[in-house]
Amino acid sequence: MRSVLLQMLAVTAINLRSLPKRLWLSLATVVAVGLVVMVLLTFLAMANGFQRTIAGSGAEDIAVVLRGGSRAELNSVVSLDQVRLIEDGPGIAKRADGKPQTSAELYVTVDGIKRSTRTKANLPLRGLGPQGPALRQGIVITAGRMFNPGSNEIIVGRALGGEFEGFDLGQTVAFNNTRWTVVGIFSAEAGVFESEIWADLPVLQSLFKRTGAFQVVRARLTMPASIEALRSYSDGDPRLKLDVMSEADYFAQQASSTADLIQKLGWPLAIAMAFGSLAGALNTMYSSVAARASEIATLRAIGFGGFSTFVGTLVESMILASFGGVLGAAATYLMFDGFTASTVGGNFGQVVFHFELSLRVIGQGLLLALAVGLLGGLFPAMRAARMPIVAALYG
Amino acid sequence: MSSASDPMIGIVDLRKTFTKGKETITIFDGLNLAIPKADFVAVMGPSGSGKTTLLNLLGGIDCCDAGTIEIAGIRIDRLSEGQLAHWRASHVGFVFQFYNLMQMLTAAQNVELPLLLTRLGGKARRERVEAALAVVGLSDRLKHYPKEMSGGQQQRVAIARAIVSDPELLLCDEPTGDLDRRTADEILSILQLLNRDFGKTIVMVTHDPAAAQYARRALHLDKGHFIEKELAA
Ligand SMILES: Nc1ncnc2c1ncn2[C@@H]1O[C@H](COP(=O)(O)OP(=O)(O)O)[C@@H](O)[C@H]1O
Ligand SMILES: [Mg+2]
Repeated sequence: MRSVLLQMLAVTAINLRSLPKRLWLSLATVVAVGLVVMVLLTFLAMANGFQRTIAGSGAEDIAVVLRGGSRAELNSVVSLDQVRLIEDGPGIAKRADGKPQTSAELYVTVDGIKRSTRTKANLPLRGLGPQGPALRQGIVITAGRMFNPGSNEIIVGRALGGEFEGFDLGQTVAFNNTRWTVVGIFSAEAGVFESEIWADLPVLQSLFKRTGAFQVVRARLTMPASIEALRSYSDGDPRLKLDVMSEADYFAQQASSTADLIQKLGWPLAIAMAFGSLAGALNTMYSSVAARASEIATLRAIGFGGFSTFVGTLVESMILASFGGVLGAAATYLMFDGFTASTVGGNFGQVVFHFELSLRVIGQGLLLALAVGLLGGLFPAMRAARMPIVAALYG
Repeated sequence: MSSASDPMIGIVDLRKTFTKGKETITIFDGLNLAIPKADFVAVMGPSGSGKTTLLNLLGGIDCCDAGTIEIAGIRIDRLSEGQLAHWRASHVGFVFQFYNLMQMLTAAQNVELPLLLTRLGGKARRERVEAALAVVGLSDRLKHYPKEMSGGQQQRVAIARAIVSDPELLLCDEPTGDLDRRTADEILSILQLLNRDFGKTIVMVTHDPAAAQYARRALHLDKGHFIEKELAA
């Protein structure tokens, strides 16, 4: 056993010491693997940064309550009875007049025309009560005013107004055969809300024939930890089959689908490139085996096993690939870590975020590099192990 | 104890062919050979007569088509490739015409290679390496690389490598073929010493009659068969 280990160490050391003779080819492999890792890490850092930014824009002391398992507001239904029970729940902050700080909301989609492409898209139209804006961070009316309760008035998120036609201040728009007037434009700290249209809840419920129906309840918690009390209260009442989570968690969950999408673009691209670098690695390692043929044969004649020459070749390949991986990770870090980008992602409108490399992301990049090294070394290593000694000894 | 008349090498009815494309060339057909322990045999013969092939067969790095090869009581023609590698590590040392040293290893590291296949620890290995290099007169070159040494010195390192694991059989393929007369004589004297004082059985291929003089006897290989000629001692 120890002898096998010594053999493998010796063969590997001999291989690595002769690397300078194959410097350029070896470097080409390192660089090719490095590029693959760089592409992958750039995408993964983008996805990671996006998710962290979105999650970071959610508040910890706001509870979002949806129907159990619905995941998104659009799929959720909350009844009036359930709204009442939640409002009576523990851990919810009270106003000066003793009423709970909650907002039960209706969330529907309407059609809009995109300015840039002139194509139709679904826009979120939210009905909320007077407390709704206060249960979100940094809502500011930047032009016009708030809608008047009981009227067909809407206010429009700044990002949405910029991107879709017909939402300028004072314009009238038709939704579902009803007419609405834009009376205000608002901005929000969390980009997601700037891509919404807001209307008075009772008006929306009656004009969309959804009286008594809700999709979400928001509540301000007395403190972030109160979420547990509210959740166990909800879980303990059979009438409340609801999911209770903090706004931060809800956003993180929503962002994960967009982050997934970025990853799903990044992986195939990186893997396609990985095949290219694999061809390079194979070529390099076959050349290495050919260049070392006489050395390998001599070692075999001395009594070294085929397995040690197999391992030695494989390790050489893996080491070249790891160098590539580390190089790619370092290059990505230097070029892109903290790099700022913005995207129109899923439900989030324009989101400004930073690329963010994490250990997990870097680990995935290195794993891909090692996979290239393993596959690129495997067949050449088999050739090394099976090399006929006599033919290789005498050229 | 083994006496000098015990057989070291016994070849019976050996057949060896090479196939190149559709062509089959027969190197040996019905070759017989017996070499006793502690013998020093020079194998001579025209180029292409199969001298190297014979050494490869004796050293277990090539295999025969038919017949038996017995070395020190072991039928090596029956061993698997893995078993042969094991066997080579402890029973046979090779010396090649072009030394076949690892250029990136020092003399000591080159000599140590066969010991990596043994159970010896680092200290024991170092002692064995130094002893082997002392036998060939290179105690002062432990840390030198092959390119820093003359051809004769490199061949001495190769001989040290061949004897370091104390095999009973040395197979030398034109060990002086690339060296001048004086250096060749030094190398041959070392081989003679290994045979006389250390009891190594040596089979040496050469086509230099002067080199063959160092052996106890010479065998002439021609058209796949041996013709023996006694040499003056
Ligand atoms: N691996 C091989 N494949 C095909 N033919 C070979 C091989 N090795 C040797 N031969 C042939 O076998 C014959 C004997 O070769 P060799 O043993 O090297 O002769 P010598 O060492 O006596 O000059 C030659 O004709 C050579 O061409
Ligand atoms: Mg020859």
